[in-house]
Amino acid sequence: MSVARFWRKIPQRYNLIGTVCKTCGRHFFPPRSFCPDCRRSGDVVEYKFKGTGVVVTHTIIRTASDQFEDLTPYALAIVQLDEGPRITAQIVCPPEDVKIGMRVKGTFRRIAADGASGVIYYGTKYVPDE
Amino acid sequence: MREVAVIGISCTPFGEKWGCSFRDLFVEAGSLALDDANLSGEDIDAMYVGNMSAGRFIEQEHIGALIADYSGLSTRHIPSTRVEAACASGGLSFRQAVIAVASGMEDIVVAAGVEKMTDVGTGASVDALAGAADREWEGFVGATFPGLYAMIATDYMSRYPLTREQLAQVAVKNHYNGARNPIAQFQQEITIDTVLRSSLVADPLRLFDCSPITDGAAAVIVAPLDRAREFTDTPIRVLASEQASDTITLHDRRDISTLDATVAAGQRAFKTARITPKEIDLVEVHDCFTIAEICAIEDLGFCKKGEAGKLTADGVTALNGDLPVNTSGGLKACGHPVGATGIKQVYEIVTQLRGEAKGRQIDGAKIGMTHNVGGTGATVAVHILGV
Repeated sequence: MSVARFWRKIPQRYNLIGTVCKTCGRHFFPPRSFCPDCRRSGDVVEYKFKGTGVVVTHTIIRTASDQFEDLTPYALAIVQLDEGPRITAQIVCPPEDVKIGMRVKGTFRRIAADGASGVIYYGTKYVPDE
Repeated sequence: MREVAVIGISCTPFGEKWGCSFRDLFVEAGSLALDDANLSGEDIDAMYVGNMSAGRFIEQEHIGALIADYSGLSTRHIPSTRVEAACASGGLSFRQAVIAVASGMEDIVVAAGVEKMTDVGTGASVDALAGAADREWEGFVGATFPGLYAMIATDYMSRYPLTREQLAQVAVKNHYNGARNPIAQFQQEITIDTVLRSSLVADPLRLFDCSPITDGAAAVIVAPLDRAREFTDTPIRVLASEQASDTITLHDRRDISTLDATVAAGQRAFKTARITPKEIDLVEVHDCFTIAEICAIEDLGFCKKGEAGKLTADGVTALNGDLPVNTSGGLKACGHPVGATGIKQVYEIVTQLRGEAKGRQIDGAKIGMTHNVGGTGATVAVHILGV
């Protein structure tokens, strides 16, 4: 991923900045500027997600692409944030401990790197919150 | 709209073909399809080619022109178009050819699919395939393709009574069929133990739950039904050609374990063909992973949600069952050269409906179906074919 492509999404990746439609209350992550329910009567503004949610489903990745190979085995899950949207994320704990329904919270972590001298990508992983 | 028929088919043997280039593969498939339809290149009005990622696999784009050129058609200047929808590229290529003929724009059209995957290493290949999901919000955080389907399996197994052994039976059945298909990548039968003892890739999916990395190409030729008998004694009619889309990410789906695009495309196809699931004699579904075949059988309407595991264990989907699924061996055993898979599915159904499938022939098969998925279900193409 190029520097610009990563850099322009930093607010979302580091700080979970999404949006909310003030007309209907629906939250969006990644952010949308247009509410698909309210359409032109929608009023979409920026919103910082709390970063808390619950595991919907999960797996343990044991064979990864080159960038993630040294992390294996790692837990990957779909998390439903408390505001509603679902995201895909890594869960930082012994991978066998992840269960459906487990509460988790976001934490700032190193995600991957472009080789020894390339960009280091940071973002949000999740840890158990119980 | 005109009725459309398949008048010629071909498929290269699938496998790790170190001696074959991308060009070798599609030239072989294309020329054999022409032979099968008793046509020469002069008769072709247009070509479509399904290809997911030649840019990543062989650093070559502009596949439409390349395939026409190396097929010896450059001096005829026919329209030749690449179609891309990840692993559903082949299914969409076939649908574009059907639309071109049905509309009356073209008469004799080639629908091909080709993928040369083994010219890069496994890591690069896994990363190229991850592009079928959302690079920004799935691939970026470390999601792999097996990982996404594994999360479908985890969700499914927490809600429905699917056992690990039933899931393994999907692979056992598809390898049994593949052992009876001369073009299949894997020609050996396996047992449930083979699956359960193979290494974990993404829990609960093991190596033998996953389709392989494959080189291969397939081509079929379509024509107006009222002209089909000029070329062949065994034209196969296209009874329905449908396509549907859904969210690119798995996490945004209405239901993790249901591919709503499969439901939509399937329902439209049955409506167009004016038949019910009971009238389907055999189906080729998109079993990129064992769990995908379970979901496909249910989402196409062959049984209720949660029942496909038992159906598989009971032998209903086997060669001698009431609803043979993936007689070719499926993606699991026949192989999965991503852009070619959708065309190979049509090749298999036509072979069966012609009665030419030899050791894996379904006797008296009259109506068959294909189901081709892109990504984790963001694109689905469904076709119904009949004698």
